[in-house]
Amino acid sequence: MSTEQHILPGPVPVLNLPPCHTEEEYEMVYHKPATMVDTTMHYCPGCAHSLVHKLIMEVVEELDIQEKTVGVAPVGCSVFAYDYMDIDMQEAAHGRACAVATGIKRLMPDKYVFTYQGDGDLAAIGIAETLHAINRGENICIVFMNNAVYGMTSGQMAPTTLPGMHTTTSPDGRDVSYYGAPIKVAELMANLPGAFYVTRQAVNSANAVRRTKKALLNAFKYQPLHKGTCLVEIIGNCPSNWKMTPVEASRFIDEEMVKTFPLGDIKIPGAEDMKIY
Amino acid sequence: MAEFKLMKGNEAMAEAAILAGCDAYFGYPITPQSEVLEYLAREMPKHNRIVMQAESEVASINMVYGAAGAGFRTMTSSSSPGISLMQEGISYIAGAELPCLIVNVNRAGPGLGTIQPGQGDYFQSVKGGGHGDYKMIVLAPASVQEMADFVYLGFDLADKYRNPVLLLSDGAIGQMMEKVEFKPYTRPVVDKSTWATTGKPKSRNRNYITSLFIQPERMEVHNLKLEEKFKQIRENEVRFEEINTTDADYLFVAYGLSARICQKAMDIAREKGINIGLLRPITLYPYPYQRLQELASQVKMMLSVELNSGQMVEDVRLGVNGKVPVEFYGRMGGMMPTPEEIVHHLETLIQYHHVN
Amino acid sequence: MKNNNQLEELIVAGFGGQGVLSLGMTLAYAGMLENKEISWMPSYGPEMRGGTANCITIISANKISSPIISLFDSAIVLNQPSMDKFAPRVKPGGILLYESGTILKPSTRTDIEMIGIPATTEALKMKNTKVMNMIILGAYLQLRPVVSNESILEALQKVLPEKYHHLLPINRQALERGEAMVVELKVQPVS
Repeated sequence: MSTEQHILPGPVPVLNLPPCHTEEEYEMVYHKPATMVDTTMHYCPGCAHSLVHKLIMEVVEELDIQEKTVGVAPVGCSVFAYDYMDIDMQEAAHGRACAVATGIKRLMPDKYVFTYQGDGDLAAIGIAETLHAINRGENICIVFMNNAVYGMTSGQMAPTTLPGMHTTTSPDGRDVSYYGAPIKVAELMANLPGAFYVTRQAVNSANAVRRTKKALLNAFKYQPLHKGTCLVEIIGNCPSNWKMTPVEASRFIDEEMVKTFPLGDIKIPGAEDMKIY
Repeated sequence: MAEFKLMKGNEAMAEAAILAGCDAYFGYPITPQSEVLEYLAREMPKHNRIVMQAESEVASINMVYGAAGAGFRTMTSSSSPGISLMQEGISYIAGAELPCLIVNVNRAGPGLGTIQPGQGDYFQSVKGGGHGDYKMIVLAPASVQEMADFVYLGFDLADKYRNPVLLLSDGAIGQMMEKVEFKPYTRPVVDKSTWATTGKPKSRNRNYITSLFIQPERMEVHNLKLEEKFKQIRENEVRFEEINTTDADYLFVAYGLSARICQKAMDIAREKGINIGLLRPITLYPYPYQRLQELASQVKMMLSVELNSGQMVEDVRLGVNGKVPVEFYGRMGGMMPTPEEIVHHLETLIQYHHVN
Repeated sequence: MKNNNQLEELIVAGFGGQGVLSLGMTLAYAGMLENKEISWMPSYGPEMRGGTANCITIISANKISSPIISLFDSAIVLNQPSMDKFAPRVKPGGILLYESGTILKPSTRTDIEMIGIPATTEALKMKNTKVMNMIILGAYLQLRPVVSNESILEALQKVLPEKYHHLLPINRQALERGEAMVVELKVQPVS
C-alpha cells in the first residue's frame, strides 16, 4: 500500500444532523489552555510537537506560573514554539538552548526556565551544552523531543535514528558499524549527579499523553527545589519523515522505538531529596 | 586628587565591569586574557553577581545571549581563537538586537597562532565575522586607562543601540600594567521591559527574543531596521584621537598598541625634522572616514601601521579615496615593530614618493 | 648621558623565578606613588614557566608613548642569555647592571657603564635567596635614583600580598645591602 493513498483526502462527508442541545446546555469539560496563543500551527498532521506544546502550556496554566516562566526554543521544527506558547521566550542558536537557559536561570533563579529541543539540536550539535548544563545541575527543565530524525531539514539521520532505519542520509538504513548506535540521551544524562529527575515518555496514546503530562508537571514542580536538572525525553511521532500515516507512526513507536528507547522513569528523586517538598 | 591603581589591562577591564554594574560574566580560559575570568571569579561573588566558567566559548556567548535577553548587563571576553568560536552567537545577538559587551584580547594567528599580541582580527571585528548583515560597535583601547573607560562606554553604547559592542584589545595592552583611575560612573536609565524575557504578566503581550524572520518580506524589514540603526551609529559614534596633525605633512594611522608605538616613532621622526602626525581611530566601527578625507587634502602621504598583514589600511584607503598615497607597514606573528623600524620605513617611503 | 630623571626606560631580564617581573613592578608602583607616568610590560606565556622572563619598566614625567621599546637607558640582567640579548640594546652612556655570580661572560662594551653585583651570594648570606632581586633593585636605585627609597618601601607593602608582610624587613635590608654594595664599588650615581 503506498503512502499517497493515505494522505490524499477522500470526499468530505456532509453531516446534516439536527441539533440535540442548545448552547446553554453544554458543560465545559475541556478547553485549550489560556497560555496557548490562539493561532494555526505549522506542524504536520500527526506530529507530536503541537501536543507537547499544549501539555507544557497546561502545566504552566495549572501551576499559574505564566508570569514566572521563560522558555527557550531550539533550531528545528519547534523553532517557532514562541509563536504558540503565550509566555516570554528566547530562540536559541542550534544546539545552544541549554547555554541560553543557563544564562537566563542564573540571573533569574526564581523563574521557571525550560528548553524545548529536538534530537539533532540536543543530542548532536548541542550535546556538550546539554551535558554540561545537567552536570552543573542547572535548575531548568529540558524537554527533549526524540523522533529519531531531523524534522525541519526533511528527514536526515539523527544521533537517535534507530539501527537500520531509513532516512534521507542513511538511504540503506542506519549502519551502526559506520555511524555508531543511537544515543540514549536519558540514560546517558541520568548518570550525571546534576540530573535530578530523568524520565522517558511518549505521546502516541491517550495513556502515554497522560503520563507525559504528569512527568512535565513533576519536572516543573521540582524547579523551585533548586535540586538539579529535570530531563523529560519524549518519543515523538514524525509521520511525515517516517513516511507513515499518523496511526502507523503511533504504532511504530510501540513496536520499534521503545526497543531502543524504553519508556519510564530513569532517575527519580529519592525520599531524601523530596523531604523539603 | 585622583586615586590611581597599578593594574594589568585585563584586570582594569574586569574591575571596570564590576563598577559598571555588569550583572553576569561568562567566559572560558584562553591566553592572554585568562586574568579576566580569574579576577571576576574572585570578585564578582562579593557583589552578588554571576560569574561562570563555561564549557566552551560557544557556550559562553550563548549564556550571554540568554542573560542579555532577560535584560541583564552581560559580558564575555576571550582571545582570537575563542572569539572565532563565538561568531555564530554574536551574529544571533546582533540579529536579535541584544546589548552586551564582548572583549577580544587579540593574539596573533591564524589558527592556534601564538599567544603574543596581534591585530589580525581587524577584519573579523569590523567587517562582520559572523554570518549575515550586521555590525558591532568596535572600541580599540590603547592604554590600561582606556581598557577601563571603554567598558563603561561599551556597555552604555550597547544599551543605547541594543547592539553588541566589541572591545578590541591585544595581548600587550591586556598584559601590561599602567596606572588607572576608576572614574565615577552614572549608569544611564534604560527601559528594557518592552523586550526582555522576564516572565509575561497578564498586563502585556509576551516578549520573545529571536533573530528568525522566515518570510523574506519580514526579514528585509528587519534588515532595514538594523541598517537604519547602523546609520545612526555611523553618524553619532565616530571617535578618534589626533596628535600633531595641525602642521603635519605626513600621517600615521594606527590603533591600539600600534598607535602607541607610532607615537614614539612620531617623536623620533619629528626630531629628525619630519612633520608627521597621528590619527588614532578609537572606534574601528564606525570608522573615521570623514576625518581621513579631510586630512587627505592636507598631508602628502599616510602610513597605516598594524600588527597584521594590512587590514585597516583598506579602510584608510576608502577614506582617502585615492587623494594621496596610503602606505602600509606591519609585523605579524606576535612580533612588534620598533619605533626606529617604523621611522626607517617612513623615511624610505618619503624618499620613494618624492622621487616619483 | 641625555637623561635627567625625566624618562627612564629600563629592561629587567633573567630566569623565571628570579623575581624579574616583581622587581620591575615594584619600581613601577613606586613611580606611580610619586605621581609619575609609568608602564610595565611583561613578557608572558610559556617563557614565564622556568624559562627566561623580562619586563620593560618605563618611568616618566610625561605621558608615555610606546610601552614597547627596543633601546634602553638601563638594563638589569640576571642570567647569561639576557646579557647576550640585551647588552647590545643599551643606549650609549646607559647602565648595565648584572648579577656577577651567574653571568660569567659580561658584555665587552665600553660605551656603557657595566656594574656587576654578586647579589645571589649576598642573598645566601642573608639566608633568603628570594631577596636577590631586592639587592639588585637597591643597587640599581643607588645608580639611578629614579624614585625615592620611601616610595619603594611603600610600593613593596602594596605589591607584596599581606601574608608575606612579615618579609618586609628582610626586603628592606636587601635593598640597603644593594645600595651599600654599589657605594663600596665607588660607582657614581648616573643622572
